[in-house]
Amino acid sequence: MNPDAAAASLPADGHEAEAVVPARIKPVRVVSARVSVRDRVVEIWRTRELLSYLISTEIKVKYKNSALGMLWSMVAPAMSLMIFWFVFGVVLKNAYPSFVIYLFSGLLFWNFFSTAVSSATRVIVDRAGIVKKVSFPREILALSSIGTSLVFMFFQTAVLIAFMVVLQHAPDWHLLPLLIPALLATTIIAAGLGILLSAANVYLRDMSHLIEIVLQAWFWACPVVYSFWSQINPRLGGFFFIYLMNPMAPIVLTSQRVIYGHTYVHLTTPTHPGVQLLPTWSGWTYLAMDSFLVVAGLVLLWIALAVFGRLEGNFAEEL
Amino acid sequence: MAAAVEIDNVSKTFKLYHERGTSLKERLVKARQSRYDELKALQGISFDVEEGETIGILGRNGSGKSTLLKCICGVLQPTSGEIRVRGKLAGLLELGAGFQPELSGRDNIYLNGSMLGLTRKEIDAVFDDIVGFAELESFIDNQVKFYSSGMYVRLGFAVAVNVDPDVLVIDEVLAVGDEKFQRKCIARIKQFQEMGRTIIFVSHSADQVRTICDRAVVLQTGEMIGMGTPGSAVRLFRERLLESDGAPPAEDTAPSVDQTQKEEKFQLRVREVFTSVSELEDPVLESGDPFSVTAVFRVKEKIDSMVFVLEIHGAKGELLLRTDTDQLGLSTEAPMGEGRITFDFPSWPLNDGRYDISIGAQNRLGDVTFDWRENVASLEVIYHGRAAGLLNLPLSASLTAGGPIVRKVL
Ligand SMILES: Nc1ncnc2c1ncn2[C@@H]1O[C@H](COP(=O)(O)OP(=O)(O)O)[C@@H](O)[C@H]1O
Ligand SMILES: [Mg+2]
Repeated sequence: MNPDAAAASLPADGHEAEAVVPARIKPVRVVSARVSVRDRVVEIWRTRELLSYLISTEIKVKYKNSALGMLWSMVAPAMSLMIFWFVFGVVLKNAYPSFVIYLFSGLLFWNFFSTAVSSATRVIVDRAGIVKKVSFPREILALSSIGTSLVFMFFQTAVLIAFMVVLQHAPDWHLLPLLIPALLATTIIAAGLGILLSAANVYLRDMSHLIEIVLQAWFWACPVVYSFWSQINPRLGGFFFIYLMNPMAPIVLTSQRVIYGHTYVHLTTPTHPGVQLLPTWSGWTYLAMDSFLVVAGLVLLWIALAVFGRLEGNFAEEL
Repeated sequence: MAAAVEIDNVSKTFKLYHERGTSLKERLVKARQSRYDELKALQGISFDVEEGETIGILGRNGSGKSTLLKCICGVLQPTSGEIRVRGKLAGLLELGAGFQPELSGRDNIYLNGSMLGLTRKEIDAVFDDIVGFAELESFIDNQVKFYSSGMYVRLGFAVAVNVDPDVLVIDEVLAVGDEKFQRKCIARIKQFQEMGRTIIFVSHSADQVRTICDRAVVLQTGEMIGMGTPGSAVRLFRERLLESDGAPPAEDTAPSVDQTQKEEKFQLRVREVFTSVSELEDPVLESGDPFSVTAVFRVKEKIDSMVFVLEIHGAKGELLLRTDTDQLGLSTEAPMGEGRITFDFPSWPLNDGRYDISIGAQNRLGDVTFDWRENVASLEVIYHGRAAGLLNLPLSASLTAGGPIVRKVL
């Protein structure tokens, strides 16, 4: 029999009768080189349950693979906290009261941001096995790194709260809601950067090393271990906004303003008078800055999704 | 009925770079000079898979079967063209189905299930079925990295079929499991077909394609060279396998069969096949009558180990008989020059229907094919007797009166 002649003949008889299959809602998925950002977002939303699985399994794997489990994930942030406290508080004697809380409140957001971005950068390459075999919106992988870092941030928050109780250091209760836009902005910006860099890392494998270095430099551009208002601002004069172009600077400042609470402090060395540690801005200024960052972050995220979509098509063959 | 999968002019081109670096430095330095060859793994493939249909994909290694399946699953994006998939799709592309080795089988079932778009509740509902089907009850809480490859495939297949997809896509993974599990999978696939689900299926085994598929597609170096009934597709595929002296498949993908094939291409040719009824005016065989098939062949070079293979397939493509001249007690040495081989049935044992006959010449192990004629002759059989059923065995009965009743004690 000629195969071409037979091509159209088959399905007419046998299967028509079996249309008794209950009508299921069958979304049509299109596989092609171009998918709009809107469709990508819909697809990501549809797979949100996978996101929570990836996060919980990631934490589980980290937890299972070592005897002390979760504690290990706290070791690195605890170390940096200790070192900064020792170097700036003890050796250099900056004499800020409750300096540990000041440090911790800034580190909390910075640690979240930097682990989120650096782990998201690596995630597609690390999970090549899944990427090459199963189809799902790959952005989910980057988002799961952000989510995992967020969970570890909550663990650190628990430790921070314990510190505050022990040191009897109260946050600024009135401004507490400001942490929400700050956290939102950090998450969105980290997601945008993470998605962008995770795709780039597939093509330029040393991107992940590069980003580690960039993050180290970036850290010192944030007022975590020093004071922006008393040490940086006077030198910049009217150009202080340049410093604030670093999106993590306003976020760290917000966190310090809320958690550390005191803007003007009396130093622990009696010879020295007080110092304006944090900006004299009102809560509304912080809210405006953080809200602006949320909007800017959303723009970044949109661009990241568009770029990711263009690069994603070749992941399976590049890995 | 709507098409479950529409494949619309799909092409996929791989860029094969000459020693390309994947680091930033190398990219910057070599940006200008990064050269590549283009490999057209798929070229303008278009076909629709109807809902409830099972489509087989045949093609030699490197012909683009896996690439096509990856595009359908969305793991790869086509360079041009579009694929539309209606409903939930589960794919079994390669060993492992994307399991995470660090996690237990249990966690992987949930992870895999949610990658296929299931909610936790839905996975809870089918969890026991999955574990039962995979026969992994006592290993389900072990890390998957300690599983054997057979266990991997079992778990992958069990997840894919139990999440109740609308479209199931299977690459040549079934070959890995043991025979018992393969049978179980085939049974499950049949059950799936009865439920009206759509299956796209790549298999090494022409027999599997014949018995499972409604239609089959034949790919050759990225192009679709035919689509039709499984029988005609298998025939086309085998014929092309023989005459293919075109572009060899890229690099390491060419299987040993094909290479030996090409070298030994002219060693033997089956020139003609006829049957004892094919010359008749009315070529119909009466069931139970003698029947014979004869192949005329020519051997050009000496072949040490060679057998002629006879296959008979039923109307639905099911294999009824495969035997060879070694099994029938003939020498495996091929005589040089012209020759004839005749298979004689003293009495044709099958009742009315149409039967397809294939004849080929292979080495004794069956891994080298010298020539193959798929469905080269067909046979129409009528049965005038009154017994029902498929078989017409030489059978008699005797009736004896009196005598003791002997009961066999079990
Ligand atoms: N990721 C890839 N990069 C480059 N070439 C590839 C890639 N995947 C497959 N190919 C090439 O595409 C062709 C088709 O491969 P494949 O679809 O795996 O064939 P099949 O499954 O039919 O054996 C082969 O020549 C193979 O070398
Ligand atoms: Mg393949």
